[in-house]
Amino acid sequence: MKTIEELMAIRENAKKKMSVREDTGDENVRIVVGMATCGIAAGARPVLNAFVDEIAKRELKGVTVSQTGCIGMCQYEPIVEVLEPGKEKVTYVKMTAEKAVKVVNDHIVNGNPIVDFTVGAATK
Amino acid sequence: MRELSLNVLDIAQNSITAGAALIRIEVLENTVAHTLTIGIYDDGCGMTEEQLESVLDPFFTTRTTRKVGMGIPLFKMAAEQTGGSFTISSKVGIGTNVQAVFKTDSVDFTPVGDMASTVATLISMNTDREFLYRRVLDGKDFVLDTAEIREILGGVPLSEPAVVQWMRAFINENTEALYGGVSQ
Repeated sequence: MKTIEELMAIRENAKKKMSVREDTGDENVRIVVGMATCGIAAGARPVLNAFVDEIAKRELKGVTVSQTGCIGMCQYEPIVEVLEPGKEKVTYVKMTAEKAVKVVNDHIVNGNPIVDFTVGAATK
Repeated sequence: MRELSLNVLDIAQNSITAGAALIRIEVLENTVAHTLTIGIYDDGCGMTEEQLESVLDPFFTTRTTRKVGMGIPLFKMAAEQTGGSFTISSKVGIGTNVQAVFKTDSVDFTPVGDMASTVATLISMNTDREFLYRRVLDGKDFVLDTAEIREILGGVPLSEPAVVQWMRAFINENTEALYGGVSQ
């Protein structure tokens, strides 16, 4: 069973990570998941879970996952935007948990956006 | 929506939009009466009587206020199709209470689904709010309270991935224990 002690261990670990982040001055990468009725119904929650799990697994620093409302392209949900400082926003559409793992690996970690998953490829 | 926990995720977003500081989510099951009651209670800005009427009408709201839209009508339908009931009450400046009662022995009953993901998502995406999640089965219960977790974390954000995973596992394990499943 999950215990308070485990939570305390997470706290200590996270505090160490936070101080490393401050030292290196890593800029923040933001992953934004559409979580309006349309996004949720299309499967945004497992996508968001997959991002959180993959970031935890790789212990990535300076990457945050947040949510947004409906951006008016409901037919392409679940939609995920990746915002990196100094780079153009990348909008991924019809996301799945599997695609989310690939986005973390290829795009966030290795710096190669996956063109096939983007809104540009979907609307061609 | 394929599971009720997705409706909860959706409805609770309205509480966030309403500026609620504390959002209480309760899932109460009574196996004798074959009922499952889901409540979402907030201390947000509340609604006027006209707004309250309009949220129940999907065709009125989707065309005028995008903020509310289909969420409430879908949740209401999910409850009523089981022979259950749905109530929403609200007072400007006080908050909004949404409660849906489901008949669990109905063929049209949608499973509760992954409440752990719903609650962990809501908490991690809205770390400036307090959440109180309570699951009750025939009088036995467990609670997840962000105020308590926040105190233990001492400055580490509730959105920290390891914390989100801990909250998900905490809810899953306690739910299994409540329902007599395997747990340590």
